[in-house]
Amino acid sequence: MALSLYWYLIVAAALFCIGLYGVLSRRNAIGILMGIELMLNAVNINLVAFWRYLTPSVLTGQVFAIFAFTVAAAEAAVGLALVIAIYRSRDTVIVEDVDLMKW
Amino acid sequence: MREFFFNLTWLIPIFPLLAFAIIILFTQKNQKLSHSISIGAMSLSWLIGWGVAFSAFATPHLGEHPFRLIAPWFPTGATTFNIGIWVDPLMAVTLFMVTFVCLMIFIYSIGYMGYGTEEVDPNYSRFFGYIALFACGMLGLVVSENLLTLFISWEIMGLCSYLLIGFWFQKNYPDPNKITPRQAGLKAFLVTKVGDLFLLLGILYLYNQAGSLSYADTLFNQEFLHQLAHTPALPIFGGWSAASAIAALMFGGTVGKSAQFPLHVWLPDAMEGPTPVSALIHAATMVSAGVYLVARIFPLLNVVLEVDHHNPAMSLIAFIGAFTAIFSSIIAIAQNDIKGVLAFSTISQLGYMIAALGVGAYVAGAFHLITHAFFKALLFMGSGSVIIGCHHEQDMMELGGLKNKMPRTFWTFVAGGFALSGFPIITAGFWSKDEILAHAWHEFMHQGVVSWPFFVWLLLTIAAFLTAFYTARQISLTFLGKPRSHHAEHAHETPNTMTIPLMLLAFFAITLGFVGIPEEIVGHGNNWFHHFVGHEYPATPLSIPVMLLSASLAVGGLGLGWLVYGRKPLAHGEMDPLERGMQRIKLGWLYEAMRNKFYFDELYHATFIQGSLKLAEVFYKIDNRWIIDPIVNLAGRVGVALAEFSSFLDSRFVDGAVNGTGKVVTILSRLNRIFDIRVVNALVDLVGKSTQYAGGKLRSIQTGRVQNYLMVALVTVLMALGLYLIYLS
Amino acid sequence: MMVQTIVFIILSLVTLGAAIAVVTTKNLFHSALYLILSFVGVAGFYILLEAPFLAAVQILVYVGAIAVLIVFAIMLTRRLMAKDLVQRNAQWGWSALGAGLLFAVLGVVLVRVNWPVVEAAIPEDTITILGKELMGVYVVPFEVASVLLLVALVGSIIIAREKE
Repeated sequence: MALSLYWYLIVAAALFCIGLYGVLSRRNAIGILMGIELMLNAVNINLVAFWRYLTPSVLTGQVFAIFAFTVAAAEAAVGLALVIAIYRSRDTVIVEDVDLMKW
Repeated sequence: MREFFFNLTWLIPIFPLLAFAIIILFTQKNQKLSHSISIGAMSLSWLIGWGVAFSAFATPHLGEHPFRLIAPWFPTGATTFNIGIWVDPLMAVTLFMVTFVCLMIFIYSIGYMGYGTEEVDPNYSRFFGYIALFACGMLGLVVSENLLTLFISWEIMGLCSYLLIGFWFQKNYPDPNKITPRQAGLKAFLVTKVGDLFLLLGILYLYNQAGSLSYADTLFNQEFLHQLAHTPALPIFGGWSAASAIAALMFGGTVGKSAQFPLHVWLPDAMEGPTPVSALIHAATMVSAGVYLVARIFPLLNVVLEVDHHNPAMSLIAFIGAFTAIFSSIIAIAQNDIKGVLAFSTISQLGYMIAALGVGAYVAGAFHLITHAFFKALLFMGSGSVIIGCHHEQDMMELGGLKNKMPRTFWTFVAGGFALSGFPIITAGFWSKDEILAHAWHEFMHQGVVSWPFFVWLLLTIAAFLTAFYTARQISLTFLGKPRSHHAEHAHETPNTMTIPLMLLAFFAITLGFVGIPEEIVGHGNNWFHHFVGHEYPATPLSIPVMLLSASLAVGGLGLGWLVYGRKPLAHGEMDPLERGMQRIKLGWLYEAMRNKFYFDELYHATFIQGSLKLAEVFYKIDNRWIIDPIVNLAGRVGVALAEFSSFLDSRFVDGAVNGTGKVVTILSRLNRIFDIRVVNALVDLVGKSTQYAGGKLRSIQTGRVQNYLMVALVTVLMALGLYLIYLS
Repeated sequence: MMVQTIVFIILSLVTLGAAIAVVTTKNLFHSALYLILSFVGVAGFYILLEAPFLAAVQILVYVGAIAVLIVFAIMLTRRLMAKDLVQRNAQWGWSALGAGLLFAVLGVVLVRVNWPVVEAAIPEDTITILGKELMGVYVVPFEVASVLLLVALVGSIIIAREKE
């Protein structure tokens, strides 16, 4: 194999950190959700890369990636439903305005 | 047929679980349907349970070849963790007891919770859901094949005890010192959690040593047990072997669940729950689970005894058991609440079982576990019947004279009481208790008078006498004499749903002892219980002096109790004769201490509870006073010093300018005053203000914004990873 | 060999570049479009890793479903897309620093580990094996996942529904 496993891992780590930055810095709840999706993608790249390089004969990595897809889909659906619900009741999707848990 | 029932064992806990789910999710509105589902599920469990139990009784050599049925549960690295069922003699007898007693209590609850009357509980259906979940926990614990499912069931019961003790959570008392059901539930949950932590540690330790938690791989694997007995434990245990250490840790769980000293404080308060709950949790099942656990891990204790001829963990267990037995039976004498007496009597009887297992009397401990569950459930349900019959009057000083008004309750209660005190020959309690005493006696004859089994035997023997005494006191005060209050005057017998379970239980309270009569009396091989449950352990040799002694103590205690309380019945408002007598010989303080449970609640309140609060305060102060205040103070002091210095320069300058006349002093003093007001006061204010400011800033950490919290999490992760990197290099 | 490397580099640039655009663009709608591009890039990685099935699923689920869902949500709340709205919060600087540090630490850890790489060809017909695994060893998680999806479906309807 021409490409080393390290390259995939580095790219995945970079994607993860970019997503993390999005989660931490976006004011808009939808923006935060997009960051989370990026992070989940990074995890999936890792899973598939580990499968390809470490255990090519057992497909556990791919199976787990499929489960991660499922969870991501469920998460996106519920998350966006929450955004819409909040938008409807509070007329905003800016997370800083949603601070009911403040002391 | 045998295999058929064994293969169905896994269904036993499933039925109540389904009943719980159905009731909570769907049928809460319909009371009749709810209790039918609950009792129906329990009946199915009971049928299969007894099927399994009797099949097990009929299986020869079940002890050597227990039945095991497992299925893979989840993979743990290279191995797979199994879930499964386990049928062996101890499990079979416990299952026999648990399924039947649970069913009786379920039926009894219909009457107690007031079905069909105007006093019916508003949460009637939910009650049946909770007790079904509780039964699921207990049955799961009994049938489980490994310690993990045992622990899970154990915790389900912990949750249910919280829910059920606090079932009347809305109840409040005018007296703020009287514990409310809500607080009692919380207390039971928290106190038993202390023990559970030890149990979990023990299980983890065992897993660490064995790589498995299955009974077959650990507790019934002689090779592994011997290896464990030769492995030294972690240094913290002194010179103990790993087997002793694991057993002692797991015993910690028992101390919590079975309310042994020093974690006994939750059980008396747990009487705040409805009486069927008291019978279910605090007599027949949950507290028995603790004893069952010790009996389960008995091979772990026994192997150390075989290897070393001495096991410190067992001495510890025996002592705690014996001390609990005597300690709580002393308290029971001075209790006036009809359920309070039974609560302490339960603690004391559990102490008996624990002590029995501690001195190596495996069979006797298991035997007493079974017989006690029957007669204690009977007594609790009898007291519940009294409470319902007398319109929720629980104070025995206000009862009396119920013998003819509630005949069924009276006679069954007497049967239970006699079994509890060990009335000779005709009651179950006699045979099981005698076997424990005989075994302790045998151990101490074996090891000499100054050995520890002597004290265990002595404490247990005294406790047996006290038990008989307070039982007679309870029966006399409640049922004999004349009614001492309006409620008792108008008492009525309770409905059939309550009295029929009482009668069925009374039957077992009398007859169950006959399966375990010593071989010396009934002939070789006829001690069925010993033969079935513990043939690998030597039988307890019959000791005629001990048997005579325990018989005479039981009769003597009952007789003395009757002499004091029954012969000349108390009038209303009269002082307890025992209290009067003790006051006469200047021991009134002791009686007071007994009535107040030797002030353990107060002690724990003063130490642990107040201690935690104090600790929290200290941490708060460290934060506020030792870190933030000093910084603020330092800043203030520097400011003052600077100001003084500049005023000093100022005054020199002024001094020089006015050429040192007498007015200088006045001016200076004026300046000083101005300085005082303008600068010093301002600085003092500054100290206060800045503290306020720091508090405000600190408070703002709680922004309520998820992203801020996430940021903190990220920083933490980064620090952990950084430390890891440093550690690597 | 060279081809693979070149493709990898292009994919990395596209994916990461698009991802950076996703988290920095002011206009959320553009963000969503970049997100789709990033997802497509990840699908490319799957093809490069010889997992074509996953690549197809990636396109279907992420590009086809999730991205569309996000665009929908943006449209539904579009009043908030006004140009002058600040999309970054106050802690964005610290976030960037933290994320950068995390990347550095992760990079160091990843490179230092000596991964036990197996030089073996992947089995033929991976999709069949994958199907059998999902319906065999992993059948319980598979069913649980389907229940999860159902619950998410019902849950989102209930959460987002107008209160009557």
